Amino acid sequence: MSEQALEVSELNFSYGKKQVLYDLTFQIEKGQCAFLLGPNGAGKSTLFSLITRLYDQDKNNIKLAGFDIKTQPLKALARLGVVFQQTTLDLDLSVKQNLLYHAALQGISPKKAKVLIQQQLEQLDMFERQNEVVRQLNGGHRRRVEIARALMHQPKLLLLDEPTVGLDIASRESIVKHVHQLCEHTGLAVLWATHLMDEVLDKDKIIMIHQGKIRAEGSRDDLMQQTSTELLSEAFFSLTNSRGE
Amino acid sequence: MTHYWFALWGIVFRELFRFVKQKERFLSALVRPLVWLFVFAAGFRAALGIAIIPPYDTYILYEVYITPGLIGMIQLFNGMQSSLSMVYDREMGSMRILLVSPLPRWFLLTSKLLAGVFVSILQVYVFLMIAWFYDIQPPIEGYLWVLPVLILTGLMLGALGLLLSAFIKQLENFAGVMNFVIFPMFFMSSALYPLWKLQESSQVLHLIAKYNPFTQAVEFIRFALYGQLNQEAGLATLLAFVVFLMIAIIGYNPSKGMMKRKGR
Repeated sequence: MSEQALEVSELNFSYGKKQVLYDLTFQIEKGQCAFLLGPNGAGKSTLFSLITRLYDQDKNNIKLAGFDIKTQPLKALARLGVVFQQTTLDLDLSVKQNLLYHAALQGISPKKAKVLIQQQLEQLDMFERQNEVVRQLNGGHRRRVEIARALMHQPKLLLLDEPTVGLDIASRESIVKHVHQLCEHTGLAVLWATHLMDEVLDKDKIIMIHQGKIRAEGSRDDLMQQTSTELLSEAFFSLTNSRGE
Repeated sequence: MTHYWFALWGIVFRELFRFVKQKERFLSALVRPLVWLFVFAAGFRAALGIAIIPPYDTYILYEVYITPGLIGMIQLFNGMQSSLSMVYDREMGSMRILLVSPLPRWFLLTSKLLAGVFVSILQVYVFLMIAWFYDIQPPIEGYLWVLPVLILTGLMLGALGLLLSAFIKQLENFAGVMNFVIFPMFFMSSALYPLWKLQESSQVLHLIAKYNPFTQAVEFIRFALYGQLNQEAGLATLLAFVVFLMIAIIGYNPSKGMMKRKGR
């Protein structure tokens, strides 16, 4: 089995005649936390839709834990956990019911699911709330439930599409900390799209994307060195020419 | 294989649970056909005389005639409601969780359809129970015979809704389609008047009604309710189901591009 959790090679994508992704090539290794940074319209969400197979691609450009998303989609998707930008929980169901539904879709028996639900919710301090209806939860708690859900089937790669937008500082910090711990201790690989650069730690990988192209790739220090800047935000503006956008 | 069972159970359970929680949806699904039965049918009883036509072996009241049509109406509305919820789910994002799960898309969509059909069958039996107290009493075996028929008719009408949901971009567009689909389908069918009566007024309308899949579904239900099998209507319903489902699956297939084209 490949040690690469995600391999994207020469990925192009167009909406009709309008090309939005150009020759994207990058890898994420097991246990690595990678951040996808880029201004609005850079192509981040399109890339996520391709990795999750909501959009199709013409060639075999994406491999997830060694499985090609086009030719072996079911094996690849079984190794993927996703938290979408918009909340995708059923607001009228309880936390537990939402998680049981997801477990069923992943082929996990209700008995095993209950054990996994307890494990995941306890790690995120949400177990006490398992019987609450999602509509009654605040934004931070809903996000935690979505993260618990994305991790229930023990994926190799976790995709996070701006999961902390709109959350208070404490909720953001708790999610950032939890995800980094998972990478370190469980070998989970993460691809995290964000605008919030303080979520990136020194050891994380950054993929800077702008107008559908990768502008830079490396650690925080690499990017700052490359652009002769002292802050990641400065490096971002320099690479994307997006100051004031 | 167990994966498929768990997933099917999960999808059906979710739909049933949502339905039970949404009491207004249950009530409105029930009130609609009951208003037609108690008010419309009572008013038109005198105006529309019904001759003896199969499967009935005697003169019947107009209420008795339109009952199968109203059962079809429940399933038609339910099919459209399910697809409306799919458009909503897609806009809200929860459809993504379904489509990202590691199962073939045709299976996920068919499971979603089946879940909707279970809900519609619950509504139909509650409706039939109320109708029984209103002296609409088909033979007891009819209640059993109609069950497998309701599964197929429900699947066909649900597949039509699914097909529409694959091609509709936003909820706003959906309201228009409801008007262009539900009402023409319902009025240009044998739900409210027998086909021969329609033929007396207009040949064109008669032809449209004859080939309307909703007519076939209603006739299939009508015969089953009286313990008879209308093969022609059954085959037409099955054919319509297969065609609608195939187009819907193509619509939701990422490589065929409905999702792609929408850029969702």
